[in-house]
Amino acid sequence: MMNNRGAGPAPAPDPAPSSDAHAAPAVRARGLTVRRGTGRAPRTVLDALSFDVPRGRITGLLGPSGCGKSTLLRAIVGTQAHVTGTLDVLGHPAGHPALRSRIGYVTQAPSVYDDLTVRQNLDYFAAVLDPGRAAAERRRTAVTRALADVDLASRADALAGDLSGGQRSRVSLAVALLGTPDLLVLDEPTVGLDPVLRRDLWHLFHELTAARGATILVSSHVMDEAERCHDLLLMRSGRILAQDTPDALRTRTAADTVEAAFLRLVDAAAVPAAAQEQPR
Amino acid sequence: MTTPAAPATPLAAHAARTTATAARVLRQLRHDPRSIALMLLVPVLMLTLLRFVFDGSPRTFDGIGASLLGIFPLITMFLVTSIATLRERTSGTLERLLAMPLAKGDLIAGYALAFGAVAVLQSVLATGLALSLLGLDVVGSPWLLLLVALLDALLGTALGLFVSAFAASEFQAVQFMPAVIFPQLLLCGLFAPRDTMQPVLERLSDALPMSYAVDGMTQVLTHADMTAAFVRDAAVVAACALLVLALGAATLRRRTP
Repeated sequence: MMNNRGAGPAPAPDPAPSSDAHAAPAVRARGLTVRRGTGRAPRTVLDALSFDVPRGRITGLLGPSGCGKSTLLRAIVGTQAHVTGTLDVLGHPAGHPALRSRIGYVTQAPSVYDDLTVRQNLDYFAAVLDPGRAAAERRRTAVTRALADVDLASRADALAGDLSGGQRSRVSLAVALLGTPDLLVLDEPTVGLDPVLRRDLWHLFHELTAARGATILVSSHVMDEAERCHDLLLMRSGRILAQDTPDALRTRTAADTVEAAFLRLVDAAAVPAAAQEQPR
Repeated sequence: MTTPAAPATPLAAHAARTTATAARVLRQLRHDPRSIALMLLVPVLMLTLLRFVFDGSPRTFDGIGASLLGIFPLITMFLVTSIATLRERTSGTLERLLAMPLAKGDLIAGYALAFGAVAVLQSVLATGLALSLLGLDVVGSPWLLLLVALLDALLGTALGLFVSAFAASEFQAVQFMPAVIFPQLLLCGLFAPRDTMQPVLERLSDALPMSYAVDGMTQVLTHADMTAAFVRDAAVVAACALLVLALGAATLRRRTP
């Protein structure tokens, strides 16, 4: 499914602002704060974030390494402790059991069993998502489709541990696609992939939103991927610098690229932030 | 578009997820034939070795051999489970599974089922060899030996699962073996009868599950029928295994701190 696509850059085709645009957002955060570490001085990793992730679109979460992207994604998936504030995901509070089959989550490091084949990995996770003998046929279809989605059908019987890093992260992505999730949360899925694979994955992401109506929240520290997203959340040091479309961001900051826009926003925020940090 | 079909009853879904997990664990093991060989052959070789170490005193071999039939599954399953679940924690697959609709109990029961099956195989081999070729003289039923061995394996699985929560690396997990198993080994009555120990140690050995595992084996060794003491021993080992499994389940956190 990823193969044989036209070359050339793929500017994010903005989905027409449908009625969905006014529907409840896929993720709604108000005053979201995460403190990590125990003891008397817990570190504030996320500091009172408020933002929306609209449904049916690709939202890019961009920021430098260590700015709290992974923590934010874990909070949304419901695997992060010490979360305060409001965080609603698909109409439920984050971490609600009803969400477990509706969210596909890909961690930064590929989380698959290295001592199983690609297909055995997918078979197992499919059996967890859709258990029972009656569902066997449905599971087989889901596994076949997920393998095709990430272009790994030819490596289905290879041990995951024998695959290259990029292939293993695609197995991890395939697992997340199994349950036809409404929300896909991807933590740096394109790290270490060659440009062709990266382009193919972005095609897949666009297809997932356009054809299957999924919402995608994808993190990256590579600013050039920002152009491929419908919406951007720019993060730095545990705060949201800006939320906008790539075009609007560039226009607002009079910058040519999202990277330049990011730098201008950082500079603009630096003065008040420096003033704020001293009293603590 | 597929709709979630015939809502499987919760119980059936739990059972299906448990067996799927057990099958997955066994499948992982099958890709590692050397580990399987070690798990199955080491007890057999050690028993054989022991038989000839006590070549001149077959009665001593009877006593120690029967105890070891109970201790092997405990140690093996402890090691295997602690490493396997530690890997599950560090590879991110645990986080992934717990973000999916998998109950912690399903995961733990799956592990217990898979390693229980391996333990049965291991015990059948070791017991069979000990009784047939090595001339281990057991008065009671070999089935009871197997039963105790299986309970010991469950206890080992439970302890391994529990300590893996406190190990940050495989290095540490392996170090837990001497820390958790050796004191029990010294106090279980294998080296000296428990009632001849210093009273504080005797009291301590009363509180350690391996004492009951070894005592159960000794009961089978010396009595033709199932004694009340055997039933008590088996019940204590089983209860300990369940208790520690429950504690292990509590260490599986859906949320990372």
